[in-house]
Amino acid sequence: MMNWPIAVPEIVLSVCGMAILVFGVLRRQGSALICTMLCLGAFLLTAMLMLSTASGIGYSGLFVVDPFSTFSKLLILSGSVITLILSLDYNRTHLIDRFEFPVLVLFATVGMMVMASATNLMTLYLALELQSLAIYVLAAFARDDARSSEAGLKYFVLSSLSFGLLLYGISLVYGFTGTMEFARLAHALTDPATATAGLVVGVVFVVTGLAFKISAAPFHMWTPDVYEGAPTPVTAFMSTAPKVAAVVLLLRTMATPFGHLLVQWQQLIVLVAIVSMIWGTLAAISQENIKRMMAYSTIGHIGYALIGLAAGTPAGIRGVLIYMVIYVFMNAGCFAVIIAMRRRGRALEQISDLAGLGRTDPILAMGMVIFMFSMAGIPPLAGFFGKLYVFLAAVQAGLWTLAIIGVLTSVAGAFYYLRIIKVMYFDAGGEAFDPRPPSISLVAAASGVFTVFFFVFPAPILSAAQAAAGVLFG
Amino acid sequence: MGNAAGFPLLSLITWLPLLGGVIIMCVRGDDATVAANARWTALWTSLIVFALSLVLWTRFDPAEPGFQFIESITWLPEFRVGYRMGVDGISVLFVLLSTVLTPICILASWEAVQTRVREYMLAFLILETMMVGMFCAIDFVVFYMFFEGVLIPMFLIIGVWGGARRVYAALKFFLFTLTGSVLMLLALLAMWFRAGTTDLTVLLNTPFPPAMQNWLFLAFLASFAVKVPMWPVHTWLPDAHVEAPTAGSVILAGVLLKMGAYGFLRFSVPMLPHASMVFAPLMFALSVVAVIYTSAVAFAQEDMKKLIAYSSVAHMGVVTIGIFTFNPQGISGALFQMLAHGVVSAALFLCVGVVYDRMHTREIARYGGLVHRMPAYAVVFMLFTMANIGLPGTANFVGEILVLIGSFRVSFWLSLLGGTGMILGAVYALSLYRRVIFGRLTRDDLRAMLDLSPREIAVFAPLVLLTLWMGVYPGSFTRFWDASVGAMVEHHQAALAAPTHLAGLTP
Repeated sequence: MMNWPIAVPEIVLSVCGMAILVFGVLRRQGSALICTMLCLGAFLLTAMLMLSTASGIGYSGLFVVDPFSTFSKLLILSGSVITLILSLDYNRTHLIDRFEFPVLVLFATVGMMVMASATNLMTLYLALELQSLAIYVLAAFARDDARSSEAGLKYFVLSSLSFGLLLYGISLVYGFTGTMEFARLAHALTDPATATAGLVVGVVFVVTGLAFKISAAPFHMWTPDVYEGAPTPVTAFMSTAPKVAAVVLLLRTMATPFGHLLVQWQQLIVLVAIVSMIWGTLAAISQENIKRMMAYSTIGHIGYALIGLAAGTPAGIRGVLIYMVIYVFMNAGCFAVIIAMRRRGRALEQISDLAGLGRTDPILAMGMVIFMFSMAGIPPLAGFFGKLYVFLAAVQAGLWTLAIIGVLTSVAGAFYYLRIIKVMYFDAGGEAFDPRPPSISLVAAASGVFTVFFFVFPAPILSAAQAAAGVLFG
Repeated sequence: MGNAAGFPLLSLITWLPLLGGVIIMCVRGDDATVAANARWTALWTSLIVFALSLVLWTRFDPAEPGFQFIESITWLPEFRVGYRMGVDGISVLFVLLSTVLTPICILASWEAVQTRVREYMLAFLILETMMVGMFCAIDFVVFYMFFEGVLIPMFLIIGVWGGARRVYAALKFFLFTLTGSVLMLLALLAMWFRAGTTDLTVLLNTPFPPAMQNWLFLAFLASFAVKVPMWPVHTWLPDAHVEAPTAGSVILAGVLLKMGAYGFLRFSVPMLPHASMVFAPLMFALSVVAVIYTSAVAFAQEDMKKLIAYSSVAHMGVVTIGIFTFNPQGISGALFQMLAHGVVSAALFLCVGVVYDRMHTREIARYGGLVHRMPAYAVVFMLFTMANIGLPGTANFVGEILVLIGSFRVSFWLSLLGGTGMILGAVYALSLYRRVIFGRLTRDDLRAMLDLSPREIAVFAPLVLLTLWMGVYPGSFTRFWDASVGAMVEHHQAALAAPTHLAGLTP
């Protein structure tokens, strides 16, 4: 059954992307701003189309639209929109304001949207490849900067390795079950007792390949280097939308085709979650570069999100989705502050450069305080609720070890987030940063408002996540 | 029991300070204008909140053991979590304690804080919201939010406006408390999962299996023991007190330390009767060690604030003894001692603040003979020193004697060891007083000191009044909680009397 209109949002977005590309090539000089605006418009159009697309399966079971995919795609689009807004000013001052930037973000977004809808291991792989290809280029976008080129190359090489693992896993799964379609896989694996060792090895390789993408420890090695080297808006992008896409892909893959193999992969996810939480936290403590610190912070947060998956219940999946929503917004806010760290046009990346921000720019500092307390999971800020729901799921599933390690590492994590606050308020400061561009202030303010006031009216996001999580184990 | 006020009084008291905070944020102008406006706005806001909280004093029905002034709004419907507020006899006076101490703190920081006044006042107003909200919350998740939320303003108050080692003290305070709290969070989740709701009125009547109770109790203990603080996790307190600005110490000693003991009374004892029974000897042992050991440590201190901080640990040890006696006298005494300590230790920190503002040192040896220059100060300081010792006629006496009676019903030795705190307290408190106030006035800079200013008198007057009122006529305070404590003790006995029934629930 073809049912092609189901992918209209993705098709429209791709067509828009190609049109904007042509437009940019023809205009040549000074088209970056216009192209960014056009891309933002395309994202908006896509979001509207998506909300009007009915659920269903299309393309002979390759592609699905359900509340889960819509929820994820909206979040991915938010991440992409935030990235484009953040890039406006940064790219101009760093002389990388070329029209390819928004177009690449757009194509990466197409890839991520397909990832959220993939119901076949082949769709999964192709979508992931499309997303990654765009991001390799983005990471090396400041091509005159050696660090950026290094980041792009490093990301490419290590990503290729992970793709190799993923493909090997897929081929094993295909070899032992004879299908790559999620629904048929789920049917074939109804009885976990029949799962052969080869199949389990295949699943493990698939998990490993995806764990690379979500930068879960011990497959995280590329993250700090790439985060540090890539232009900051790209880092902001990589830490939000692609993480969401990879996490939802992992959720769907684990829950739908391999859902009955829970006992086989649960221990693996528990282990990855524990290692990510501990290593992300411990390694972040000693970082001096704020982008590296954010990389380890991402690893830690992915560990917490995986707690929900490890629970293997709809409540757990719901926890992960809520966690990702909150994570995207508070992370975007943090990166807005990091991009605002600039003196005389030169970007600063050391944590010590934040010293005295509480005096020189109290509003921005207060925003950063909010994001840091939220990342540390202190109520009533949004970050607390993210943790609350995954821990609740873990407790319900009886995963006490995971829950206890989780809460204890969150205390250790609080230390390095508090360190940022300490530097901003308690240390003697340097001179003020350059005036904030309005685009940065907009992102910081919007994220700040979301983070502070999430607790007042959480019901819409909670029920949307509930509905989204419900379809996976259905 | 409905809402006697007819309007959401508790929410108003809780959230009104934030409105003051918003107004402070909106003030524009040069530094001096902003500072002056921030001070006045904060003072007026906290005074209005205090006035509103007096409605609780007059309209509270002491005969009703359950929660009153209840408000309930659906918040997370699918999780059966609601925004539920209410007070009973145990919590109502702590709301008042918070609302009394906040304006006093703001007044006490009037001249002492000159940098970032706007942010300072904002932090105090947020702190007031968190404290009051915590005592009013009757939903576990709401309680936890306020309980943890207190950390944010307090961390900033210590870290930004504190003394030389403020960063260390602030981090230590934060991480100690957070470690305990997250373990409580797990206990919360377990109870939530089991009972299906976080409504305290339901949880209070949900029997938990004894095996589960023990784990829950330990998780609560991790959180509340740090907050109280009990020996041996008290070490953050002296650091935090020494480095915090005066008003920060006042709130820390006055209200924040009560949060741990309040948690024991609100959660551990009524919800986990079996585990409370099992762990009572441990609690007694830790408390007795706290009373004797920290009293001795206090005697050795050279820093005035550190001395009072250690004396706080000792006094809170008496409180925890009282709580775990499980009889009306002991619990009533613990509650009284909490209030008395809230007033008296706050006042003692203010006394230290008075001389610190003038001399900028807290070293005891730097002082001496202040009575010659500051007679009014000497009188005030003496009153609170005596109260700290537990002299009859002052607030602490009533609390300590009730706890001793309660503990005597449990064990003679417990009563004896716990009672040594009163003697040791006299040793260090009188020696502090002697070294600071009496003696010859030898130093030149001390000769130039001025006695209490009218603002400082305004700060101390309500505390003096409260201390004497509580000491002379304790009945006007105990009447608030007699019914609630009675009901709690009965509930506790009933739960223990039906062990087989409960054991049958073990999965």
